Amino acid sequence: MDEINVEIKDAVLEIKNVSVAYNKGNYAVTNVSAAIKRNRITAIMGPSGCGKSTLLRAINRMHDLYPNIVTEGQILLNGADAAKMSTMMLRRKIGMVFQRPNPFPNMSIADNVIAGYKLNGISLKKSEKEEIIEKSLQDVALWKEVKDSLNQKGTFLSGGQQQRLCIARALAFQPEVILLDEPTSSLDPISTKKIEELLIELKEQYSIILVTHNMSQAARISDYSMFMYLGELVEYGKTKEMFINPKDKRTDEYLTGKFS
Amino acid sequence: MVSSITEIKETSNHQKWDARFIKDKIFTGLIILFSLITISPIVLIISKLISKGYKQINLSFFTETTPNTYQAMLANEAGNTIPGGILNGITGTILMVFLASLMAIPIGVLIGIYLYENGTKRYAKIVKDITDILQGVPSIVLGLISYFWVVKFITNGFSALAGSFALFIMMLPLIIRSTEETFKMIPVSIKEAGFALGVPYHKIIFRILIPSGLSGLITGILLATSRVIGETAPLMLTALGSMAVNLNIEKPTSAIPLLIWEFYNDPNMVDLIWASSLLLMMLVLGINLISKMIISKRNL
Repeated sequence: MDEINVEIKDAVLEIKNVSVAYNKGNYAVTNVSAAIKRNRITAIMGPSGCGKSTLLRAINRMHDLYPNIVTEGQILLNGADAAKMSTMMLRRKIGMVFQRPNPFPNMSIADNVIAGYKLNGISLKKSEKEEIIEKSLQDVALWKEVKDSLNQKGTFLSGGQQQRLCIARALAFQPEVILLDEPTSSLDPISTKKIEELLIELKEQYSIILVTHNMSQAARISDYSMFMYLGELVEYGKTKEMFINPKDKRTDEYLTGKFS
Repeated sequence: MVSSITEIKETSNHQKWDARFIKDKIFTGLIILFSLITISPIVLIISKLISKGYKQINLSFFTETTPNTYQAMLANEAGNTIPGGILNGITGTILMVFLASLMAIPIGVLIGIYLYENGTKRYAKIVKDITDILQGVPSIVLGLISYFWVVKFITNGFSALAGSFALFIMMLPLIIRSTEETFKMIPVSIKEAGFALGVPYHKIIFRILIPSGLSGLITGILLATSRVIGETAPLMLTALGSMAVNLNIEKPTSAIPLLIWEFYNDPNMVDLIWASSLLLMMLVLGINLISKMIISKRNL
């Protein structure tokens, strides 16, 4: 695990002893510590129910929504305690993309991109608005496809386009980190490929954490990988090294398909 | 030996197939028969209403108040249409349904949202059960309650307010449950998308959930309206009726179904019964068709 002891200045996120319980004593994630490297794609993989999504959602405090869920430990974003930030500030800095594309059905494509500003009551000048919409849509390679239909509802796009729109919505805030929770699991192979290529481009500007149950996806696009099993972080390291030479027996068995 | 076995199998298969075929035909026939029985009342009602009621439908039907028995009798003897119309009923119905909606929509939608958000909590479950019970309370009982609360203590007499209060209680459970059901159909992920952008809770409800479910909310409200628009019993005990147009909510007021009941008790007014029923039926039918259109548009 040596290469993971990245210097603090390289780490955008530090996860320290994080545990999450859905109800008292029933832990879904136990004592996970990891430093997430800046401008890299970090994949979290593992079998269903291993706590990968739960860990991801602890990072931007989505668990705050559900009063039964208890989160322990500390998460530092650029050295600052995430628990002490306002949820709005934290989620401006940490964007999130979900398993199923979920553009707001009541908003146009353009409004979906700047939904974070609109819904939080941040007023933008018309020129600023247009600039953010164009840049965000260009970042996700959707601009050419939708530039003539910006005022139409986002729900009329194809699944892959909708998911890219959702990524654009997360990018509009210029976050530091983007969390993606199995973003391609409901998409066809072509749309999946587009999003994977997009993520590789986006890591120039953003730090990306990607939850996936698809090992080959992790192998294709991630720089670092975490393997989780039964709520525990079993192994964390450079993706290439982990796939070639896993240190833990469970990682080896998972990667070689002995269980899934 | 082998061939005889297959022969038996084949014939038995054939017989089975025959029996199934006949059963299928019988059941299809039954379903068609029963569905015709279901459809025929509405067709018969509408055709009867149109054939009996059309001759009274003219401009004065909508612009004049109810005639008195003497006028109607003279017109009947001369073989003319009955003069006057049911303007007092139309305005009364609009006034009372409007007042009832004014009370029922905000309260119903808010309670519906509360039940959707807190459906598993003990108190919410109790509210849900009571809402269901309220839905089953006979409308005349609601009229009685409104009589004791509003007629006796608030307006000190029969009034539009008392009538609309009874209608309000009838609309409430319908709007509450339809709001809750509408919100349940919106994927949780839409709500989470809002949270992931740091949007505060109340803004997610008012700027994402309500606009996303608007068509469902409107449909629920329209259906609740069409449900109460034809209510007669509670209005008899509360609004009483009035021969003139009344827009004062503290005074007795007429309504289309109330007029139908009054016409029924007057042998000279028979033609107006049919015309008023036709109008009421068309109103309810129109509201239902609009809601169906909204629903089918939403499903696209």
